[in-house]
Amino acid sequence: MKEISQLATPSDVRYTLDHEWARVEGDIIRIGVTDYAQDRLGDIVFVEAPRMGKKYAKGEECGALESVKAVGEVYAPVGGEIAGVNVTLEGSPGLVNSAPYTDGWIAEVKPVDPTEMDGLMTSEQYIEMLKGFKE
Amino acid sequence: MVEFAGSTGLVLNEPLLFDKGKRGRAGMSIPRRDVDYAPVDEELVGEGPDFPDLGEVEVVRHYTRLSTWNFGVDTGMYPLGSCTMKYNPKSNEKQAALPGFAGAHPLLPEKLSQGALKMMFELERFLGEITGMDAVSLQPAAGAQGELAGMLIFHAYHKSKGRGRSKIIVPDTAHGTNPASAALCGFSPVKVGSSDRGVLSVEGVAAAMDEETAGIMVTNPNTLGFFEENIRGIAEIVHARGGLVYADGANMNAVLGIAHMGDTGIDVLHLNLHKTFSTPHGGGGPGAGPLCVKKHLEPFLPIPRIVDDKGSLRLSGDFPRSIGKLHAFYGNVGIMIRAYSYILSLGPELKKVSQLAVLNANYVKEKLKDVLHLAYDRPCMHECVFSDKLQAPLGISTLDMVKRLIDYGFHPPTIYFPLVVSGALMIEPTETECKEELDLFVEAFRQIVKEAGESQELLHGAPWRTKMRRLDETGAARNPRLTCK
Repeated sequence: MKEISQLATPSDVRYTLDHEWARVEGDIIRIGVTDYAQDRLGDIVFVEAPRMGKKYAKGEECGALESVKAVGEVYAPVGGEIAGVNVTLEGSPGLVNSAPYTDGWIAEVKPVDPTEMDGLMTSEQYIEMLKGFKE
Repeated sequence: MVEFAGSTGLVLNEPLLFDKGKRGRAGMSIPRRDVDYAPVDEELVGEGPDFPDLGEVEVVRHYTRLSTWNFGVDTGMYPLGSCTMKYNPKSNEKQAALPGFAGAHPLLPEKLSQGALKMMFELERFLGEITGMDAVSLQPAAGAQGELAGMLIFHAYHKSKGRGRSKIIVPDTAHGTNPASAALCGFSPVKVGSSDRGVLSVEGVAAAMDEETAGIMVTNPNTLGFFEENIRGIAEIVHARGGLVYADGANMNAVLGIAHMGDTGIDVLHLNLHKTFSTPHGGGGPGAGPLCVKKHLEPFLPIPRIVDDKGSLRLSGDFPRSIGKLHAFYGNVGIMIRAYSYILSLGPELKKVSQLAVLNANYVKEKLKDVLHLAYDRPCMHECVFSDKLQAPLGISTLDMVKRLIDYGFHPPTIYFPLVVSGALMIEPTETECKEELDLFVEAFRQIVKEAGESQELLHGAPWRTKMRRLDETGAARNPRLTCK
C-alpha cells in the first residue's frame, strides 16, 4: 500500500471523512473516491453506480465498490440528484484504481445546496486526517 | 531443516476428458436392442453432443488425478478463520450412510419414518440443551438461511405487537452475511463499531438503539475471536426499547458446554452444523443452520415442526403464527444425522472440543505475536487476528504471506476480514491439530516472515510448488472466461 507521501491529493477537489472527493464543474458536482480509498480497497472489479435521477442526502450510501479484497460503500459527499453516471466503469472498473480523480469518476450530482461543498475538507486538511490514521 | 509433510511430491498433470479417449472406446456394453425401431420426434434428431469415447480406467484415473489437486482438511491443516474447517470424524459419515437413513425418503409415510423423525426430534432437544434455548427448528439449510429465518421471526414478532420496525443494528465484527440477511428481509442494517477491546460496548449499542430498530445481530464470539462480554447489558438495552437480540452462532465451536448462550439475553440463535457439528464443508454445501429460539418466539418457528402425537412422531404444519416453510420437505437430513452422531459420540466431552480449540488459537497467537502484528493483544477464543503491519513496509502483503504458506503444505487462513483490521489474517486452528502440527504451522509462518525480509520475489511469486501458480484474481473477476477451452 502507498505511503501518504505517495498518494495523489489534488487541490481542485474537496474531501470527505469517508474518502470520497467532490469537484465543482459548472452547475454540477462530480464525485469519486480518493487515491487512498482505491489503494486500500485494491483492484476494483465491480462498480455499483448510483442510479440516474435518484436523490441522495449528504452522507447517504449511494453506491459500492467491489474489489478482490472487500466491498466498500460510496457515500454522497453532497446531497442532490444524480445527473450523470460514469458508464465506462461498467466495463472498466479498473479506472477507479488507475485514475481515481479523472477517468475513474463515479457520478455527477445536481446539488440541492452547493454550499455543502464548504463543509468538506481541503487537500491539506485531508492529508492531515490521513496522518492521524497512520498513528 | 524441518520437514513439512504434505508439501512436496509429484504434481499430477491431466488433460481435459475431451482431449482423451478414442472413437469407439467404451466403459460399458449397452444391452442388445430387444425392441423394434421407432421413429423419433423430428426436433430431437441431429448431431449429439461431442462427448469423448473413454474407457473406464481413463475416467477413473482422470478424476483420481484431479482429486489430488484439491486441498482439504483430510490433506492438511486448514485454519480458515470463522469457517471452523475442522476434521470431521469418519464415524459420523458412516452413521449417515446406514441403510435405514440413506434409504429414507421424505415421501414415505410417517409411520415408516419414525427412526428419522426420532433422530431429528432428539437432535432438536440436544441443540436446545447445548445452547440453552427453548425450541429449535432444524429446517434452515445453511447459516445464512438460518439468519434470514431469524430476521423473518423478528419481523413477525414486531408485527404481532402491531408495529413495523425498519432497522437492524449490526456490529462491524459480525459475519458478513448478517447485514445481507437483514437487508434481504427488508431491514436497513445500521453499522455499530466495536470498542478498542474488539467488542461491542453497551453505550455504543444504546446510542444506536431506537424505537425504529427491530433489534441487533451479534456474532458471538465475534470475528476478532472475542466473546462479546457485554452481551447481557446490550440485551437489556435492546429489550428495554422493544427490540430483539439475534446471535450468530457460527463460532459456537469456541463455547460448547462453556457458555449457556440462552442465559446471555439473546432471543434467537442459529448454529452451523457444518462448522461445529461434523459436516465437511467448503465445497458449497449441503449444510444446515438450525434456528434456536426462546419460548416467546416459538410460535413463529418455520413449519413443518416435529410433534409428538401420543408416542408417535409426525410433521405438523398447524402453527398459524409460523413464518412458513423454508425448504423442500424438511431441510438437509443427512447433515442432521452427522450432528446427532457427533453429539452422541462425544457426550460431555463436547466441552473439551471448545477448550482445545481455544487453547490452540491462543497457542498460535502467543507463538507468532513477536513476528506478526497482533491486532488486539489479549486472550482470544477460537481464532486470533494478525495483520501485515510489520511486513507492509517491506512491500509484503497479507496475500503474499498466505500464498507462500501453501508451499509449506498449509491452507491459507482467512484474509482481509474482519474489515476493522487492515490487512487482516484470521487464524482458526480448531481442536483438530495436535501440538506438533501447530508447531510446524508456526515454524512455516516464522520462515515466511524471515523470507519477507530477504526476498520480495519469493513471496510475490508464491506459491511455487503447486499445480497452478499465483492466480490472477483481478483478471478472473474483471474478464471471466467461463468455458473450458
